[in-house]
Amino acid sequence: MTRQIRRLSFVFGLLLLALLANVTLIQVINAGDYRSRPGNQRVLLAEYDRERGPILVASDSVARSLETGNTLTYLRNYNNGPLFAPITGFYSLVYGATGLERTENRILNGKAGIFTVDRVQQLVSGRQPVGGAVTTTINAAAQKAAFKGLKGKRGAVVAIEPATGRILASVQMPSFDPNRLSSHNPSDIREYYNELESDPEKPLLNRPIVSLNPPGSTFKVVVASAALASGRFTADSLLPGPKTYQLPNSSKKLRNWTGRKCGPEGKVTLRQALAISCNTAFAWLGNELGAAAIRDQAEAFGFNSGFDIPLRAATSLFPQDPDAPQTALSAIGQFEVRATALQMAMVAASIGNSGRTMNPYLVQEIRGPDLSILQTTEPSQFEDALKPSNSLSLTEMLVNVVENGTGSNARIAGVRVAGKTGTAQTGNDSPSVAWFISFAPAAAPKVAVAVVIEESGFAEVSGNGLAAPIAKEVMEAVLGS
Amino acid sequence: MKSRRTTELVLLVCAWALGILGTLQVGWATGEGTPPRLWITISAVALIALAMHVVVRFRAKYADPIMLPVGTLLTILGLIMIYRLDVADARRAELNNAPLPTPDVYSQLTWFAIAGILFCGVFVLLQDHRRLQRYTFTFGLIGLVLMVLPLAPIIGTTVNGATLWIRVGDFSFQPAEIAKILITIFFAGYLVKTRDSLALVRTKVLGIGLPRPKDLGPIVIAWFISLGVLIFQRDLGTSVLFFGLFVSMLYIATQRRSWLIIGFFLFLGGAYFAYENFGHVQARVTVWLDPWSYADTTGYQIVQSIYGLANGGILGAGLGQGFPNLVPFASTDFIVAALGEELGVTGIFVILLLYAILIERGLRTAITCRDGFGQLLAAGLSITFALQVFVIIGGVTGLIPLTGLTTPFLSYGGSSLIANWVILALLLRISDRSRRPDLSKVSPDDAMTQVVPRVNQS
Repeated sequence: MTRQIRRLSFVFGLLLLALLANVTLIQVINAGDYRSRPGNQRVLLAEYDRERGPILVASDSVARSLETGNTLTYLRNYNNGPLFAPITGFYSLVYGATGLERTENRILNGKAGIFTVDRVQQLVSGRQPVGGAVTTTINAAAQKAAFKGLKGKRGAVVAIEPATGRILASVQMPSFDPNRLSSHNPSDIREYYNELESDPEKPLLNRPIVSLNPPGSTFKVVVASAALASGRFTADSLLPGPKTYQLPNSSKKLRNWTGRKCGPEGKVTLRQALAISCNTAFAWLGNELGAAAIRDQAEAFGFNSGFDIPLRAATSLFPQDPDAPQTALSAIGQFEVRATALQMAMVAASIGNSGRTMNPYLVQEIRGPDLSILQTTEPSQFEDALKPSNSLSLTEMLVNVVENGTGSNARIAGVRVAGKTGTAQTGNDSPSVAWFISFAPAAAPKVAVAVVIEESGFAEVSGNGLAAPIAKEVMEAVLGS
Repeated sequence: MKSRRTTELVLLVCAWALGILGTLQVGWATGEGTPPRLWITISAVALIALAMHVVVRFRAKYADPIMLPVGTLLTILGLIMIYRLDVADARRAELNNAPLPTPDVYSQLTWFAIAGILFCGVFVLLQDHRRLQRYTFTFGLIGLVLMVLPLAPIIGTTVNGATLWIRVGDFSFQPAEIAKILITIFFAGYLVKTRDSLALVRTKVLGIGLPRPKDLGPIVIAWFISLGVLIFQRDLGTSVLFFGLFVSMLYIATQRRSWLIIGFFLFLGGAYFAYENFGHVQARVTVWLDPWSYADTTGYQIVQSIYGLANGGILGAGLGQGFPNLVPFASTDFIVAALGEELGVTGIFVILLLYAILIERGLRTAITCRDGFGQLLAAGLSITFALQVFVIIGGVTGLIPLTGLTTPFLSYGGSSLIANWVILALLLRISDRSRRPDLSKVSPDDAMTQVVPRVNQS
């Protein structure tokens, strides 16, 4: 009987091997496949099982985790979702995460190295990590003012604190409701996402930092900076400002938006050319300075660089090698010059900050689960864009734009505001883009703003008519708070 | 041969200490904190294990030292997982504002205590396993009655489609678990007597000796009983276990491979018959072949089980950190899936190796046993463990079609726990006898010649 028992135990050994092989197949070899199957709730449950830290604006949370009472323990909730969507992004079962939810994921879910001490405790105790909090640089009043101003329009607003680079507002219109993308119902999420995706107005686009538009006349500020930096021009230098400018080596002529010559004799000071946004004078100036000088100046403001704020901002562009007519067009912010609202806000902020371009940032502090501050972002300088004396001179010119020129709608009683309008054509027959960039108070600005309105109409006045009032509201919100 | 009782005690302490660590980890990881009544539960487990050890030390000094700690460790792992699932159930009830469910872990602990008493009882009442042979047919009859008892009116209860429960008042029991032991004793007693005639060969076909047709009686009866269990009680697991056990024991007793072959074909025939005629068997096979197509309906359990195992990966989610409660019946049939999720493939390997050790020790007991009845009984009892482990774990992991069987020692359920501890007691009883030094061959060189005083006594 011994032999039979031995044989049976050999068979049992084979059965054991089969079991071992099978569990290895499931738990090791095919585990990744099983984990990523759509019907598998466990991965989602694991993410939704831990309390994700909040995203804060001042001390109010704009994104937080709420306990739900069902199997998905926590639900991501966005207070005033569409208002803060360009900052928070969404946190979706189906589409992953965007915005700060994505870039600060390891802080929010508590897995970042900064929490090492807590993690050792968690490892010993087996407790789920609790996420840290992210405090943004956003000023709620400015954010709300911009959102209100953009209502009914398509565009973006970015406000920056010039001295630090802190982003005070980043608003887009149209926006979306991150709550509906972060719900627990995959079919609802898909439906809403598809709706947003197929919307021609592209509400999912993070317009303030991603949408690139020709900056139009607001780019004249960059050209004026280059002119001052060259040492060949001052605010009072006279420039030719005829009714039309013959583009070099081309049959085409460039017209002033007024259809008239700038100044009585067809000559205009740099200050006045900026105040009335004289195209012919700046086209001429562009070729006088040369594309390289303008590009250097633009790059000192942040063009041709990518910024992680920590969301990745699109790179604003100044063309690499424009010929003379292209340089003339580039000098008035057309041709292939493209800028985000963030970039134009940086230009305004830099001029207000004695010519020092600061790196823009959105995350002020990282806090632990107990809200103790673990890390604070220190302002850092990107580059020196202007000599302080030139920045003073340029500031005076921009104040003149608001007080005596095209930017009248940005005037604030009792505050000196520096600003510049702009309208750009995005194509031959396509509607224009209206811009306004500004900062205030001019002497020691607390806020710099860029407003961009897409499909604004065809007139230069739209920069002042549509964009400037919004800039004014945002500046007032910051100055008042 | 050394008695090795101290080895057993040390291993028991290790199993107990692991149990404390596991329990604490569940409490901490789930945020419950140190489990309530921790001192009472760990003291209770220590007392039960110690009582069993002391009884073995005094009543079966030479019994195998590994099996008791292995059984204890498996029981403790089961208790931990049942506690962990209690926490999950309580949490869910809390969130839904439902009344808190009664924790299962305390009743399982109570059953463990009862199992411990019965375990000790076996050693006290049964001096020598050979005495069981006298009641071969009595046990056989009682076993048969127990098996069909759930079909009886009033007390019989159908749970989840299978009729394998009896219920008297609040007390419910699965008699097939006890029947399993009695029938194994019956098989051993019956086969040790009839094996000579059953081993007779008349004709040879393809080099394999076939038994006489009139000797086919017993196997055919066993086959019909298995089918009966399947048809009337819808209990696929017990049916397979019963028939597999009989065929394996028949093979060991007669030393004829032909019985294995006949058994195999009868099994195939029965399986085909069942598949063709019974919807519930067909459903099991369909789900086994492609669980993913039925992930939301009949395949839900197995798919959730596989997701859980995959979630566990190599090292597991960690006790208290997975979602084992997503698998229906996680504490009974699917406890291995729950353990696999939280302890990973590493944990499953450990559990399977614990079973392998237990079964190997049981079969070794059978081999070293000096009497035919004891040999067959030890082999049969070990085979029940082996078949049960393969059928249920294979089912839970999708290797074979799913059949309802409990996982020995781990699963929640009193009948099963008691039955498995009695089986373990019987195996230890037999191993004590087979490992006991043969007094006529005491070597003077053996360091453990402590037996001398006993020689004087006798």
